[in-house]
Amino acid sequence: MRATIIAVFLAASALFAQDLPRFRWENFTTANGLPDNRVYTVCVDGGRIWAGTDNGLAMYENGKWRVFTTADGLAHRAVLSLTLDKKTHTLWIATMGGLSRYSAGRIDSFTQLNSGLTNDVVYGVAVQGDLVWVATAAGGARYDTRTSQWSMFNERNTPMYEIWTYGVSAAEDKVYYAVWGSGVLEYDVKTDHWLKYDDPDGENEIVLFKDQGLIHEITTSVSYVNKILWAATYFGASRYDGRNWRNFLDKDSGLPSNFLNQVKSVDGTRTWFSTDKGLAYFDGVQWATYRPSLDTHAPEMLVRDAAGAVTHVPVTTAPAHNYTFGIDFQNDDIWVATAKGLSHGIRMKPGDK
Amino acid sequence: MGIEIGKSITTGGVAASHAHRRRDRQGAVAGAVSILACLVFVTVAGAQSYPSPDDLVLSPDGARLYAVMSGTGEVVAIDTAKRAVAGRVAVGKVPRGIAISPDGAHLYVTNSWADTISEIDAAKMQALRTLPAGFEPTGIASDGHGALYVANRLGSDVTVVDVAAGAIARHLIAAPGASYATASADGARIFVTHVYPILSQFRKPTRSEIEEIDARTQIVTNRIALPDAAGVFHVAISRDGRLGLAALLRPHNLVPLAHVEHGWAFGDALAVFGDDIGGAVQLPLDAIEDYFSLPFGVAIAPDKKRAYVSASGSNEVAVLDLARLVAAARAPSAARMANDLSAAARYVIARIPVGRNPRNIALSPDGATLWVANRLDDSISIIDTARMSVSGTISLGAPATLTPQRRGERLFYSSSVSFGHSFGCASCHIDSTFDGLNWDLEPDGFGIDIVDNRALEDIADTSPFKWNGANPDLQTECGPRTERYFFRSQGFRGDDLEDLVSYIKAIPLRPNRYRAPDGELTPAQERGKAIFLRTVRKDGTPIPETNQCFVCHSGKYYTNQLLADVGTGKPTDRSPMIDTPELTNVVNSAPYLHDGSAHTLEEIWTIFNPNDRHGQTNDLVKDELNDLIEYLKTL
Repeated sequence: MRATIIAVFLAASALFAQDLPRFRWENFTTANGLPDNRVYTVCVDGGRIWAGTDNGLAMYENGKWRVFTTADGLAHRAVLSLTLDKKTHTLWIATMGGLSRYSAGRIDSFTQLNSGLTNDVVYGVAVQGDLVWVATAAGGARYDTRTSQWSMFNERNTPMYEIWTYGVSAAEDKVYYAVWGSGVLEYDVKTDHWLKYDDPDGENEIVLFKDQGLIHEITTSVSYVNKILWAATYFGASRYDGRNWRNFLDKDSGLPSNFLNQVKSVDGTRTWFSTDKGLAYFDGVQWATYRPSLDTHAPEMLVRDAAGAVTHVPVTTAPAHNYTFGIDFQNDDIWVATAKGLSHGIRMKPGDK
Repeated sequence: MGIEIGKSITTGGVAASHAHRRRDRQGAVAGAVSILACLVFVTVAGAQSYPSPDDLVLSPDGARLYAVMSGTGEVVAIDTAKRAVAGRVAVGKVPRGIAISPDGAHLYVTNSWADTISEIDAAKMQALRTLPAGFEPTGIASDGHGALYVANRLGSDVTVVDVAAGAIARHLIAAPGASYATASADGARIFVTHVYPILSQFRKPTRSEIEEIDARTQIVTNRIALPDAAGVFHVAISRDGRLGLAALLRPHNLVPLAHVEHGWAFGDALAVFGDDIGGAVQLPLDAIEDYFSLPFGVAIAPDKKRAYVSASGSNEVAVLDLARLVAAARAPSAARMANDLSAAARYVIARIPVGRNPRNIALSPDGATLWVANRLDDSISIIDTARMSVSGTISLGAPATLTPQRRGERLFYSSSVSFGHSFGCASCHIDSTFDGLNWDLEPDGFGIDIVDNRALEDIADTSPFKWNGANPDLQTECGPRTERYFFRSQGFRGDDLEDLVSYIKAIPLRPNRYRAPDGELTPAQERGKAIFLRTVRKDGTPIPETNQCFVCHSGKYYTNQLLADVGTGKPTDRSPMIDTPELTNVVNSAPYLHDGSAHTLEEIWTIFNPNDRHGQTNDLVKDELNDLIEYLKTL
């Protein structure tokens, strides 16, 4: 009887797992042409893949890598974030030494010396029509590509009390900044006003009011899609629908870690997380983690169902490393920037092994 | 000597002899045919206004030629069979470029001072709509599928306009001074050129590019590199789409201009690119001591046997044998040919004198007739391509008399005074502006006293002139000294000099795109103005008067017209004392400082003001510097 129950449970788990995306992972390293194995960010432009590494920008197209360095005009060799202007296919490149843009083979760079850019340490960049929003170590900035005018946002004209902006996400109506140590900042396009979201527990490391606000002040990434805000912190994740907050910790969700480098939502519900312990996915009910096992380094896919039960889905491949930085989507596929290479998750169909 | 008015003369060919070209450069076109009685245009202020034809486009059937009159703000339709004006329609301020819909029903004209496009019913010659564009729209091309591509000179971008919606669809990143655009015959690709160079490192060779835009996706797919090029003008694509030609200048600004005799002022050249070439090369149009100054308009014959290029400085049209040109471009030695003054003889088969300052050209669908817009003669030359000679000229109705300013404008755009008629004022001051380059002007050794080319808008009352302030007036600046320092042949003297100065003094200030029409400043501009006007540092201590922005940059033109040492002198400068430049429209004239070493306004203070000698700025935080710059953009 007991064996039957276990068998039914495993079968059911497998069935649930079938609903979650499974991937065959192909990994790229310096052995394949990447300029560096430390890949901070990845950006998909149709069939072209951009990877921002610790040592240059790399473009993968037609099976070949092409590398761009400061000799090509890149502001700095360390590329931290990438965003594609989907209308013009201009690539905006956040680096440790300024903001660069790539357009049809030409790289132009904006620095705090040659432009109105706030600071040369650029962590994030987002495109909103003709405007480019930038997150820097000394506040936010907005560049109007039509007029070449810059606007700066810091403690003097917004409610942020730290100015270390780490990530930015822009939609037609709102712009959100992840401010490292100062929660989340919201800009309302219509009213031209800023609003700040903080952890109701303040800077305490305890969570007393779990779903009453942002999970933590140290935010690293924001993703605003379909009017749903996701915020990643080094102490868990938060989801905000404009009215209610819902927070996620490793102890009560399928997050493999509370240390999150990036959050990227597909549609407000289906959301991906880069953590220091693997790549995580939440479909609104179930969770999945993709990584090399933390102890054996064998490929691993974990599924956590709504009841909190965790099952192992047999897999033969995994992302290049469990320390993940960045994510982007290519149709059903996923690309993941990790500390030891760039990973391409090729979506498997039901029945594929 | 002006165009004769009201005469009707029979057609007559003009041989393209060297002697004739020489004669022509000194005056009006011999053998020109003035067909139409003309109208005298009077501006609101009562001053005479000259039509000044600039861009041309033919109807698909070749029956109508449409010419943009940048001086009178209109489009003129010409019946090509009758060689007569068939209609006119007013458009916006300072129109520059024109495109036509594939069915010939609509014309689209860029209004460069209004940042708009006029849509015109071509049959009725009536204005229909005004469409939006970017900053100083200049060139325009239609993809034939409902989109217009507009090259914005001051925006340095390309605006894609959805014609049906009457709205901007997107902006594409171009390069400084985006000015001319053309579509391939099938409308699938758009090519864009630029009159200003991409800024290079200080004293490094210049470069430009041609953007190639995929009209299906409306994105830039290729940037064709043009090393050593600066001003690039019209571009033409062969009907099969495999060959492109663009007129360009190759400035030799890294060696002293005293080397004019050796051809080292400008190379007047063509970029030759496309599948027929397998890349892009630059081939010269100049000949030894017989330069093809300021190449501007380009056309390729439908049968791809010939190409035509206008020279807006030496007043002629070159006829090129395309088979020979392509062979030269594909030769292993092509890369070395760009500065070879003997190379053009391989592919230039004739040079046909036309009117003054020929701008764009248009070739009839059968390739038999070439139409040339002679901007400063207010006429159109008609070239019989079989005979390679002018068969007639259409007058577009200039005033009967020439004002001193107009005479001066003709001198400004002519290369006749320089050695080998190699260049003129307008070679550096493109369209009476500047060229984005720094020059080694004087015969004082290599790299001594490098100077940035200054803009000429509204400078009449800003004496002294020259970065070292050595010239007390424009007569000195532009007079006999130009013989020694520039042209190496003759300088401007007497009445010519007065006419030239009269023209330069009349060059107007273009509209400022950063200042609200009502003059109200944005909060950032207001904050920047307060910094510009401040007399104390942020710590409350007084700023020495000589270091207050508004003291040196004072008055209507933001200059006290005195010399100052602001710490920007280089060891290669003979004196650190620099003329305080006017700041009107300073936003448009990058690079900056006397030697052009600052690429942006920001760099003036972030890099070149370490000791606060060029204003007190090092106590400012980045926000405040940004505010100051936002204010400067409004001046």
